[in-house]
Amino acid sequence: MAKKRTIRSIPQQRTPMAAQPADKRVRNFSEVACGYSVEDALRESERCLLCPDQPCVRGCPVNIDIPGFIKKITEKNYRGAYDVITDTNLLAAVCGRVCPQETQCEGVCTVGESLEPVAIGRLERFVGDMAIAEGWTNIPYIEPNGLRIGVVGSGPAGMACAADMAKAGCEVTVYEAFHEAGGVLKYGIPEFRLPNQVVDAEIGKLIKLGIKFECNTLVGRLFSIEQMISEMGYDAVFIGVGAGYPSFMNIPGESLNGVLSANELLTRCNLMHASDFPRHDTPLQLGRRIAVIGAGNTAMDAMRVSLRLGAKQVYCIYRRTEAEAPARAEELHHAREEGVEFHWLTNPVELLDDGNHGVRGMRCIRMELGEPDDSGRRRPLPVKGSEFEFECETVVYAIGTNANPILGQTSKLKLNKRGYIDVDENLATSIMGVFAGGDIVTGAATVIEAMGAGRKAARSIKRYLGLRDTDVVYRSEPTGSDNTLFGINIAERNYARLREVRI
Amino acid sequence: MADANKSVSFEIVGREDFSPVTYSLVIRHPLMAKAARPGQFVIVMSHKSGERIPLTIADFDREKGTITLVVQAVGKTTKEMQQTCRVGTALYAVVGPMGIPSPLGSARKVVCVGGGLGVAPIFPQARGFKENGAYVIGILGFRSKNLIFWQDKFNSCCDELMLCTDDGSAGIKGFVSDGIKRAIASHPDIDEVIAIGPPLMMKACAEVTRPHAIKTMVSLNPIMVDGTGMCGGCRVKLGDKVKFACVDGPDFDAHEVDFADLMMRLRRYAEQEKTAAQRWSENCRMKDEIEPAGTLSPTQPLSDVLSEMIDLLDPFEQVKGG
Repeated sequence: MAKKRTIRSIPQQRTPMAAQPADKRVRNFSEVACGYSVEDALRESERCLLCPDQPCVRGCPVNIDIPGFIKKITEKNYRGAYDVITDTNLLAAVCGRVCPQETQCEGVCTVGESLEPVAIGRLERFVGDMAIAEGWTNIPYIEPNGLRIGVVGSGPAGMACAADMAKAGCEVTVYEAFHEAGGVLKYGIPEFRLPNQVVDAEIGKLIKLGIKFECNTLVGRLFSIEQMISEMGYDAVFIGVGAGYPSFMNIPGESLNGVLSANELLTRCNLMHASDFPRHDTPLQLGRRIAVIGAGNTAMDAMRVSLRLGAKQVYCIYRRTEAEAPARAEELHHAREEGVEFHWLTNPVELLDDGNHGVRGMRCIRMELGEPDDSGRRRPLPVKGSEFEFECETVVYAIGTNANPILGQTSKLKLNKRGYIDVDENLATSIMGVFAGGDIVTGAATVIEAMGAGRKAARSIKRYLGLRDTDVVYRSEPTGSDNTLFGINIAERNYARLREVRI
Repeated sequence: MADANKSVSFEIVGREDFSPVTYSLVIRHPLMAKAARPGQFVIVMSHKSGERIPLTIADFDREKGTITLVVQAVGKTTKEMQQTCRVGTALYAVVGPMGIPSPLGSARKVVCVGGGLGVAPIFPQARGFKENGAYVIGILGFRSKNLIFWQDKFNSCCDELMLCTDDGSAGIKGFVSDGIKRAIASHPDIDEVIAIGPPLMMKACAEVTRPHAIKTMVSLNPIMVDGTGMCGGCRVKLGDKVKFACVDGPDFDAHEVDFADLMMRLRRYAEQEKTAAQRWSENCRMKDEIEPAGTLSPTQPLSDVLSEMIDLLDPFEQVKGG
């Protein structure tokens, strides 16, 4: 770096990312945002002040050394940038796409105080995509320590925990109930936001780390958590099964055939390829007009998938206003661009039968905002006499999920009163050696929060097993990442000896 | 315990054809055989682009490490499986055992009712009750004598076995609900009735036992995708409550189940199922002209085949066994 960057010297405008135009993309499942070119990435990397305060690192749930990797991009050392990210996060291409950066790293960026914040997510994706394209993997030789870890669930929490434990020298097996690994990254997040190819590439890296994936395995029913410890020889178990169990509203008409959960719609489309019926056997029956209840990220995904499956009209029904909508601003913006019609302050009261057990429409009531509730958001209250009907053939529920009951049914795990797994501050459950994190502990959250929980659990498991944790004990200087490989300081040989093998 | 870390391939090690449309598959899966309990089901994918279909576990053998599924070829997937699933081949995916096992409880005298394809999944329950020391009355319903299967298996675990056929060609002429009436008449001390079969049959059974206030359980098998509580497609109505059959069931109190709702919901994808089946059979017919398929036994009278074909038009039949 020639001279110190200042807020005045850096490019003032955030580098835009090329995207498919709305009218074109709404007819295909290709990715909406096309990613940065090398020139875009170099330009954007110049906007980072490399400030000593580094609020972005603290804003990241897994504490990626953000200035560290951006500095490497500026130096055109892309491989180096990748190494810095993989220090803490193996899934750069995934997180660069799906993290809500505006409320995390970018939300606290120093540049963001006076200009638009550095596009950290886009830069991370740039590095992650380049790694996949170039086939970069750091294959470490990890001295096995003979300890065996079982991970239940192959979603973001499970993947993050598995990666950390494998790097620590443990033999890790990840169990997945579906026939493909990836969890919500596969069945939930649609192809146009996160291509399955990217997920598979990231899973490929974990396999190279020595992690075994066992699909078609329903833990709890095929064997119990207790059996994993007592019979199968696992020294510790991490549970990251997600919440699942979609919520409904319990209003009349919910069992009509045109009514389904966003989970069902997304799973049929993303995992089972119902958009390619009958070449793929799984069907998906959607009407011309589709009403999606809810305004979170899952709702946005369901609406945008519906449009791509040929819906003529897609309505978003939400009982509060746009300001309270939990979806990321970017997702909401994309949905609007693609033609979704938003109905704020609207709540369904009845789904109407077409006489043949299908849906002909929805009766709704207008809402107004009252006093703030427990969540701090103003409570929506129905406006008397404001009921109205509109026509639609499909109704999709995207109003959140409840705890999946399977592990509660099949183990002695202590649950909280809402049915989620009860853990202490170290994510330890009531069973010795069993840890849990992600949605099955907190309720529905984001991919990166689940990954953060997976990593936190991994630290706890290492402590529990008496493994020395470099992250904590030997925390390197923020810029000292040059000397590390997959988060293991090469100079530090006490807990895992390793040497790099280049293929 | 067997090592779960070994990659499982779901090899088919046995197959038996009971009729031109009904067949059993024996699948090697030692862990599943060990874990399976009566009343549970699996989800099967026959190939990579196939659909996930729920099938009730009809038998499991812990020593041999196998589970048995009985399938009726009613839709595209099950017809295709009838052709492709041969001994020595493997299924793409088998996951389970899913659902809450049937509580065998402390019942001293039970009636196990199976109608049509429901005969297969009622078997583990009948055997389980017998092992628990209960007096087991088996009632099996078939359309006609030559469709009867597993009579010997039921004989080995039932204290009494009653066969009902629609045409009276074996056992009593009538439906399984008539069989239940007879059982109730001769046994005033029945603790529980368990009925598995097409929804209409289960509904009829529930109506027979309702006036006698005999506890009656039915196994529901609605349309589902994951089978782990995640999609909510399998929700069923019990009184004013809504339950997910995959994780809250599949066994429910028959006197609470809203069968009309269940039957309507089973038709969710009727149109697509028809399209897929048609498309598939057209493709197959072309193949058949070159190489005739041999699933139809030459001794089978044509009228039986036709009567089975008529069944296929009943959408509710599509439930049991995909």
